Amino acid sequence: MLLTDPFDTLLNLQRALDALADGDWLETSPSGTGPYPPLNVFRKGDDYVVITEVAGIKKSDLEIQVNNNTIRVAGKKPVDYPEKASLHRRERLAGAFDRTITIPVQIDADHAKAEYHDGILALYLPRAAADKPKPINIR
Amino acid sequence: MAASQELAVQKKKELTTKEEKTVPARYFVPNADIYETDDAITVVLEVPGVEKKDIDIKIENDVVRIEARIDFSKYDGLDPIYSEYNVGHYARAFTLSDRIDQNGIGAELNDGVLTLTLKKAKEALPRRIAIQ
Repeated sequence: MLLTDPFDTLLNLQRALDALADGDWLETSPSGTGPYPPLNVFRKGDDYVVITEVAGIKKSDLEIQVNNNTIRVAGKKPVDYPEKASLHRRERLAGAFDRTITIPVQIDADHAKAEYHDGILALYLPRAAADKPKPINIR
Repeated sequence: MAASQELAVQKKKELTTKEEKTVPARYFVPNADIYETDDAITVVLEVPGVEKKDIDIKIENDVVRIEARIDFSKYDGLDPIYSEYNVGHYARAFTLSDRIDQNGIGAELNDGVLTLTLKKAKEALPRRIAIQ
């Protein structure tokens, strides 16, 4: 192609979001205590990448557990104001959260990785070898 | 304001401006807290995913304009399969009162939270008048 659009990946994501905004892919999970933090799930080859926005949460306040096909993200988000400050606007929310999601593949928990930068938590979840599709040779 | 402050997913508000952008990217309005202490007004903005180098803070005609850009290259090679929030740049502007010392603006970025400290101008600080 003569012109490649550097925003393609993003626009694809936004289209996926628009299409799935009302979907219930993870919503009906019986475990966990609520929909925070919001997640985006990506596929990278065989592996899954879960990205979540948790601005204002310290790395040390995040707890992540991965087991088979279940991922748990828990922590607390503080929003502090100095004493004697008068508040003009208050849009940021604070509190504790605990979210558990189930994804449709088995995860190799020993090789799962988590990265946290600038309020974005990224979980790299390699698909378990036992769960990968096996090619069948045609004789 | 009376709404509950319990932690919940906050749907991102898309930015609507009179000026149009020339790049095909979406802008969102970052959630903000503003509070005032004796010597400063502090603006706290949530801009998850933005690096320090991608934040522009400009002051023009008493308006402080904050633009924070996402590095989309981090999403290269990722195939979205499920999505609950949108990803885009952030922009927001606030009109400053003239009580702000426009040279004394501090900015700090921690864990996706941008804190702007706007020092009050000297003449705006509360003074105690001694009775003779």
